[in-house]
Amino acid sequence: MELRFLVQLGIIGFTFFMLINASALLVLAERKIMGFMQQRYGPYLVGPHGLLQPLADIIKLLMKEELRPKGADKWLFTLAPVLSITAAFAAFAAVPWGAQTTFFGLLDDPVSLGVADINVGILVIFATTSMGVYGIVLAGWSSNSKYSLFGGLRASAQMISYELSYATALSAVILLAGSLSLREVVDGQAGTWFGFIPSWYVFLQPVGFIIYMIAGVAETNRAPFDFPEAEQELVAGYNTEYSSVRFALFPQAEYINMTTMSAVGADLYLGGWHGPFLPPEYGWIWFLLKIGAILFMYIWVRWTVPRYRYDQLMQFGWKWLFPAAVLNLIVTAALVLYFNA
Amino acid sequence: MPETLIFYVLSGLAIGASALVIGQPNPMYSVMMLIASFGALAGMYIQLDAPFIAVAQIIIYAGAIMVLFLFVVMLLNAAQEDAAEWDRSHPLRQPAIARFGGLLALLLVVQLAWALLRAGGLGGPVAGQVDAGVVSSVRELGRVLFTDYVFAFEATSILILVAMVGAVVLARREEGPTSSSKEGSGP
Repeated sequence: MELRFLVQLGIIGFTFFMLINASALLVLAERKIMGFMQQRYGPYLVGPHGLLQPLADIIKLLMKEELRPKGADKWLFTLAPVLSITAAFAAFAAVPWGAQTTFFGLLDDPVSLGVADINVGILVIFATTSMGVYGIVLAGWSSNSKYSLFGGLRASAQMISYELSYATALSAVILLAGSLSLREVVDGQAGTWFGFIPSWYVFLQPVGFIIYMIAGVAETNRAPFDFPEAEQELVAGYNTEYSSVRFALFPQAEYINMTTMSAVGADLYLGGWHGPFLPPEYGWIWFLLKIGAILFMYIWVRWTVPRYRYDQLMQFGWKWLFPAAVLNLIVTAALVLYFNA
Repeated sequence: MPETLIFYVLSGLAIGASALVIGQPNPMYSVMMLIASFGALAGMYIQLDAPFIAVAQIIIYAGAIMVLFLFVVMLLNAAQEDAAEWDRSHPLRQPAIARFGGLLALLLVVQLAWALLRAGGLGGPVAGQVDAGVVSSVRELGRVLFTDYVFAFEATSILILVAMVGAVVLARREEGPTSSSKEGSGP
């Protein structure tokens, strides 16, 4: 019993540690990939091939002076980044990242790889990520600056609009799997069709997957939907007035949100830790590869597609993405009803 | 005992936060306090073994509706509540209106006390009326919602639809030669 408790504590600590590393590595990966796309090297001086650049960045940010504008709301200004990062970390708690395992016979009963196995896991992730918007909105309001206020306003409008399409795309997968538990959704994707096509939901839900990815980019405020911090119009948007560690928490929350979004996408559409060639104990390797692929796509899109206009964002979200998501849901529901009856 | 303790902490949080929603003048803080209150309520739903309702509470109220509240507060950018509200000469401070408000508050207290006493007498407000398994399982909840309670469900949908149509009608700008200085003439 005690051993099991320790193992579970270890899994929680490991997940937390990996998330922090993921955000640091993503900063580096983004700069490296950006450099590659713009035909230059990117960070190269700190460590071999610039590998220690994130460490240098963190030290720099820790050493900086913390500033707070005179007219800022003291409490909310401090609360905002904390809210952002808390929601980002908490959302990953409901994401399973590996098959149940006994750690090669160490335990009597298998434990789940993941912080918590919740039977409404998908909804919990959705609820927690939707709390993250408060961090951005409050940061924008409490800074008492025009640019920040506009960033916050944009964030709230954008997230409300795209959360709807996002949730509707998720509902179609929930219908297919017949469960709200992320682990059961992943286990529903085990095996293959005709012996060679992996039975992942992405093949049943191509439209849903595309909607999920687009809405995911908008939800995490990434380019081409990075309106809350559009540099050319708003200086730095909602985090204009922030500095030092408080500032660092915002990008970190963004990168962790990206990781969560990719992990959920891998679990829901790409079969999670199921895949060919590898024995089930090493399923987490597949999971890492899938997350990596989706994250690369995130970065790829950012440096390829220019930012939209704000009215285009709203038009696209409400007039195209949401109707497509609803249509996808209705068609899926009808087909599930037809084939199950 | 820890469950009772958690219950009291959550209820204290919910009541305290709700009181602060109307008890302090900054509308931004009111919104945050309302979110905290909803969070505490969600915790109580989890204690009642209804995780789906708890999560729905957070997604719908704390996640969506309060973001809209926040949006409106930010758009108006009112740092403090209007000082006129606290003025003695404000229309809401007239004795007749104040007496009416006092009467309503009294009625609310009586109603609450009556409901609580009655619930205590029956041994729990939902005992014997709703199967406990229905609340904890999403599948059962959906089945019951679309069979036993389908009228209430559809009536609520129509109510929301009416509100939506009303909002569209209110927000729609009259298009014609007489209105809208900026966008030029209508169709």
